[in-house]
Amino acid sequence: MNSFWDLMLATLVKDIRLEWRSKDALNSMLFFSLLVVVIFSFSFDPNAEESRQIAGGLVWVAFLFASVVALNQTWARELRNQVLDAYRVSPAPANALFLAKALGNFIFVILLEAVMTPLFIVFYNLRALGPAWQLIPVGVLGTWALVVNGTFFAALSLRTRSREIMLPLLLFPISIPAIQGMVEATRILLAGDGSARFWIVLLLTYDVVFTTACLGLFGTILHAE
Amino acid sequence: MINDRTFAISVRNVVKQFGRFAALRGVTAEFDAGRFHAILGDNGAGKTTLLRALAGLAQPTQGTISIFGKAPREACRDLGYMAHPSLLYDEMTGMENLRYFARLYGIAGDARCAEVIRAVGLDPQLMRSVGQYSQGMRQRMSLARAILHDPTLLLLDEPFSNVDVHSAHEMVGLLKGMREAGKTIFVVTHQAALLEGVADEFVWMQEGLIVDRTASATRGVSGGVQ
Amino acid sequence: MKRAFSIFSVITAVLLVYGLYQALVGAPTERTMGDVQRIFYYHVPSAWTAFCLFLTNLVASIIYLIRKSAWADALAVAAAEVGVVFCTIVLITGPIWARPVWGIWWTWDVRLTTTLVLWLIYVSYLVLRRFSDTAQTPILAAVLAIFGALDVPLVYFSIWFFRTQHPQPVMGRGGSLDPRMLHAFLINLLAFSCFGAMVCWARFRLEQLKRDVDQAHAMESLAGASEPAKASLPLSRSSR
Repeated sequence: MNSFWDLMLATLVKDIRLEWRSKDALNSMLFFSLLVVVIFSFSFDPNAEESRQIAGGLVWVAFLFASVVALNQTWARELRNQVLDAYRVSPAPANALFLAKALGNFIFVILLEAVMTPLFIVFYNLRALGPAWQLIPVGVLGTWALVVNGTFFAALSLRTRSREIMLPLLLFPISIPAIQGMVEATRILLAGDGSARFWIVLLLTYDVVFTTACLGLFGTILHAE
Repeated sequence: MINDRTFAISVRNVVKQFGRFAALRGVTAEFDAGRFHAILGDNGAGKTTLLRALAGLAQPTQGTISIFGKAPREACRDLGYMAHPSLLYDEMTGMENLRYFARLYGIAGDARCAEVIRAVGLDPQLMRSVGQYSQGMRQRMSLARAILHDPTLLLLDEPFSNVDVHSAHEMVGLLKGMREAGKTIFVVTHQAALLEGVADEFVWMQEGLIVDRTASATRGVSGGVQ
Repeated sequence: MKRAFSIFSVITAVLLVYGLYQALVGAPTERTMGDVQRIFYYHVPSAWTAFCLFLTNLVASIIYLIRKSAWADALAVAAAEVGVVFCTIVLITGPIWARPVWGIWWTWDVRLTTTLVLWLIYVSYLVLRRFSDTAQTPILAAVLAIFGALDVPLVYFSIWFFRTQHPQPVMGRGGSLDPRMLHAFLINLLAFSCFGAMVCWARFRLEQLKRDVDQAHAMESLAGASEPAKASLPLSRSSR
């Protein structure tokens, strides 16, 4: 088991190093996130009370679109020079690769969210009327929900034509309960309108169910040919 | 299945179908251990598909493959694979690449990585990233990656394509040495002449089947469809 | 096999005709909603049939993943396609019913929304099947079916809770059923189930025949053939 985590960590470090060296995805994604926030702000220009009601939805939809663009890039590196075959032909466990990719994506998307959130707060004059600290578990659980399935479906899409459109096509329907959870919880916490506990529990359940499913089935799709 | 143990590699009626096209149409063959086999044939003959099936990268639609008595995926520690794409990360140096791949096989430390890099005639200290290598250097580094874990079976797909003559000869020499050390080697190539006198056997494929097996790269009139 | 199918088709046709009569004439007109309520005899049986077909797809997908049986994959695709058709019927009849009765085209109520999500998941399933490389399609599709199945209960619960917080009109029958209505409903339920099974069966056979043809085509001997076997799908790089 020790070597599993070592391998996962080594893969994660390798991905971060590669990303840092090329800075391809990073720069363009950061700029893209900024653009998304600005466009949303132009499109929805509400007063303070309305914005608290809809901000939850806006923020998460913005994160969703930004992360889909990011997720598509995840596996691109493994396709160049068919490097993925080197992993597939080795005895290395498939899940170590999956977790490394998922964690890498998670870090990446959290970074994007960290850039977009202050901008949203500024443009919409957001202030949480409910217990603001609860936004942290919502953020973490919600992001993981998108990232874990996103990483999985991105890998699945590798074996399809029109790869870039397949990812959102597969991801969005499956993510509906998670998106509802994120949006509702955020809305409740911003508007101070009751308890977000059900939604946080829902997100947690979603995360557990789908992380298990991804770990159980990733080996199958990695070796499918 | 007892027969599988007398041969290193046993391929039984392997079919690989893609919709209406079958890349492999019922290949049956047995190969001894410790021999150097060159696989030749036109484009579309099924050479790459066969090699990938042996490596466990492609699952046969029908039929079985046995490598040292095991299924290809189970035999993964015993086999090394190399293809025309380099299977390396362009943005890292050779040593960094091998360090990472060594981990996939549970090999710790730099010693082994440096050793194989030197064995293929490259410098472990080279700080250039693989993306900036010449094709010859890239193929040699890819070979180093394939032999990192000292596999008993080597599967090489077009290792000499677009490679300069010097690199190609270096690689052939290295492979010859490995065969003498008892490894089993399969090389898919269009450049049969390079392996004349080196390979023990030339396996000819056409349209998804093995049509001939000869000792020399020049195919005589020994049957086979033209 | 063919005779059994013919007999079954005849029985199904009879049930459908009888069901039609019962739905449009035999059952009494509903008090509050009027004749529009008759759509209920199509809306609910279609939903039931769609769910049964999707469940068939799930079971077939699991069987495929465990045993790699080709028939399981053929059944999965047949059930998915026919299921999507019936699901579409549900989603169309829903608004047609809702508009005159409750004044709104759509309500995000639990059942209808879950049906919509199920429809989205299975349409994405069919798109995945079409866009993926033939050798891997069965495995990828089976995996997606499992993900979809895991998702549905979560969808149901999240919307159910949302509705308790934000109530909206619920689309339903309301109240108890007159025995003649119940009779019409049950007949149509049976008729639609049979119809769904029949079409699925036909599609399944069609799929199997298609695969047999493909295999024969792929394996045909080329000695003396006038034309080499052509690949009808883009070859992956491993086709050499």
